[in-house]
Amino acid sequence: MTATTIHTRLHQLETMLLIRAYEEQLVALQRQGAPGTCTSVGQEACAVGVVDALEARDRILTNHRSAAHLLARGADPKRLMAEVLGRVDGYCGGHSGSLHISAREFGVLLTSTIVGAELSMAPGVALAQKLGQGQFDNGSGGITAVFFGDGAACEGIFHESLNLAVHWQLPLLFVCENNQWQAFVHRRETMADEAISAWARGHGIATQRVDGNDVEAVHAAASQAVAEIRATGQPQFLELVTYRLRGHFEPDDQAYVDPSELKHWQARDPIHTLRAWLLDSGHVDVATLEAMERRVRTRIAEAMQFAQASAWPEPETLTTYVYA
Amino acid sequence: MIHMTAADAMHLALREEMQRDPRVLLMGEGVATKRPDLVRDFGTARVRNTPLAEAIIAGTAVGAAASGLRPVIDLLFAPFLTYAMDALVNSAGKLRYLSGGQFEFPLVTLAMTGSGCCVCAQHNHNLEAMFVHAPGLHVVMPSTPADFKGLLKTAIRDANPTLFFTDMALLYQEGEVPEDADYSVPLGKAAMRRTGTDVTLVSYAKTVNVCMQAAEQLHAQGIAAEVIDLRSLKPLDEATVLQSLRKTGRLIVVHEASGLCGIAAEIAALAVSQAFDALRAPVVRITGPDAPSASSWALEQAAVPQTDAVVRAAFDLMQDAQHSGVAMRHERTAANIPA
Ligand SMILES: Cc1ncc(C[n+]2csc(CCOP(=O)(O)OP(=O)(O)O)c2C)c(N)n1
Ligand SMILES: [Mg+2]
Repeated sequence: MTATTIHTRLHQLETMLLIRAYEEQLVALQRQGAPGTCTSVGQEACAVGVVDALEARDRILTNHRSAAHLLARGADPKRLMAEVLGRVDGYCGGHSGSLHISAREFGVLLTSTIVGAELSMAPGVALAQKLGQGQFDNGSGGITAVFFGDGAACEGIFHESLNLAVHWQLPLLFVCENNQWQAFVHRRETMADEAISAWARGHGIATQRVDGNDVEAVHAAASQAVAEIRATGQPQFLELVTYRLRGHFEPDDQAYVDPSELKHWQARDPIHTLRAWLLDSGHVDVATLEAMERRVRTRIAEAMQFAQASAWPEPETLTTYVYA
Repeated sequence: MIHMTAADAMHLALREEMQRDPRVLLMGEGVATKRPDLVRDFGTARVRNTPLAEAIIAGTAVGAAASGLRPVIDLLFAPFLTYAMDALVNSAGKLRYLSGGQFEFPLVTLAMTGSGCCVCAQHNHNLEAMFVHAPGLHVVMPSTPADFKGLLKTAIRDANPTLFFTDMALLYQEGEVPEDADYSVPLGKAAMRRTGTDVTLVSYAKTVNVCMQAAEQLHAQGIAAEVIDLRSLKPLDEATVLQSLRKTGRLIVVHEASGLCGIAAEIAALAVSQAFDALRAPVVRITGPDAPSASSWALEQAAVPQTDAVVRAAFDLMQDAQHSGVAMRHERTAANIPA
């Protein structure tokens, strides 16, 4: 095991811890009256593994469960939290709240909470990249990664998007986080097959299906897929098998969740697994990890302070940005 | 009478209608998860969790309705209706007519909307007027728990496809609801919530409460406001509005949906075309702005009609009466923003 590998894993762990702490803070805020939110607790390895495989020139589309993708991409928890609280310093000036945060400066575009909307827009973003003259691209050879869930795969637009991407040879990485839940309905109640990648293959796209709770496996698969897209100009499909450990939207008592299934996946918590792996490697000690956890807690505390001190938007901004 | 929330009143209506008519079935993303007692009593064949796919949920409901079932579909939030628009607008709304009356589409579509929860524009979009604009559809949007029950029952029994909009902030408000399993509220019949002789306030859904509060404040100032709750947007109870207007001569229409081509515009046109002689002042619309609803509490509240805006408008109208202008020149959107 090389020093670089350990360094990479440590960095990935810190990002995953930041995501976890950020979302747990949002849960606490919701309990105090802030708007609810969709957390990605349990799915941090998906976001970190894929986003780490991308470059600055690449673009990301995401959905209602976007905080992990945004934080992995380097978005500032201060401005994310301000947005969730509806304040002016949020990435969208308080217009979005938690459900559709875009941060163009990080290449996180067109976030939509309409399930499937990311799949409908992604081919257009990738087309602009392919043509090399899009607003977001200057012929840099970037690709687009679109994150969506197993539920989104049930929308007809999933198939429309895949068909177009394959037929037009778009530089598009489909990333399905199959977390077994579609709001309050279990995946097995909505489809006969358990693999979304099997559906995708019918469209003639190359697919991989990997353990979404293993950041190393996700990162390796995503890196390979990205390299293939850059080399061939063809889209790729990545299914990440994972689990939504918290409810769909805070608050949610998860009364409808099978406790044994939940327990099974709690034991496979990607953060715990990675932490244990690092300690087992013999190259990392507990003190290093505790220092990391303290750094993360400080960042979240600072984000809270920043967000709560941020002003409410002026009523005059109610009608700004409606028309160009 | 039982005291219950609007959400419980809807649930009771579903239960009673499923009991009454074996053709009634409920479909949607999570309906079975959220209503386990209906699954227990009526079975999974009639209470069906669906894949996350609004177009096929609605399309299936249309086909089933034409074939003799009476589906109720829960499409969750109103903005998601756009995925189902083809089935509802082009199929359910038109195929009775296009087939020369061979088919009927007795189906109900449930959708939530409205301010108060900071859920932003992809969950809160009062787009009811879009469906009023589509021929062949009925559209209702109640304000009291009793009406949630009564109108849902009527909608389920109605032979036409009905959009049942739920103002989400009203769902947990409580009120008296008739226990009678035969209780229903007719479509196309407005409710007179308060009588008065000076000014008519017309509204529906959450802003009925805004009008009621405004009427209370106006009463303290010696102005008697009449409050009409439309409840049903299509068919629309023109007679009740006109009758009131003939009495008061002044009309303010209030709703959260944006004003352009909206319900208030329709009511204003009704007033001008059918009771022009009765108007003693310009018709006033107090509506949401031509902007998506924002998440921020500050912006969300700035966008929706507030009580003081209605009170001020009523005062202005009482002033205007002295110079009898009849043009529709008083337009207010984004009620909290100074005009
Ligand atoms: C068109 C549409 N339908 C329904 C919803 C409500 N909703 C939000 S997220 C969600 C579940 C999405 O499931 P999935 O795509 O698997 O993503 P996950 O939430 O599991 O990350 C639902 C039903 C929505 N936002 N948009
Ligand atoms: Mg899912």
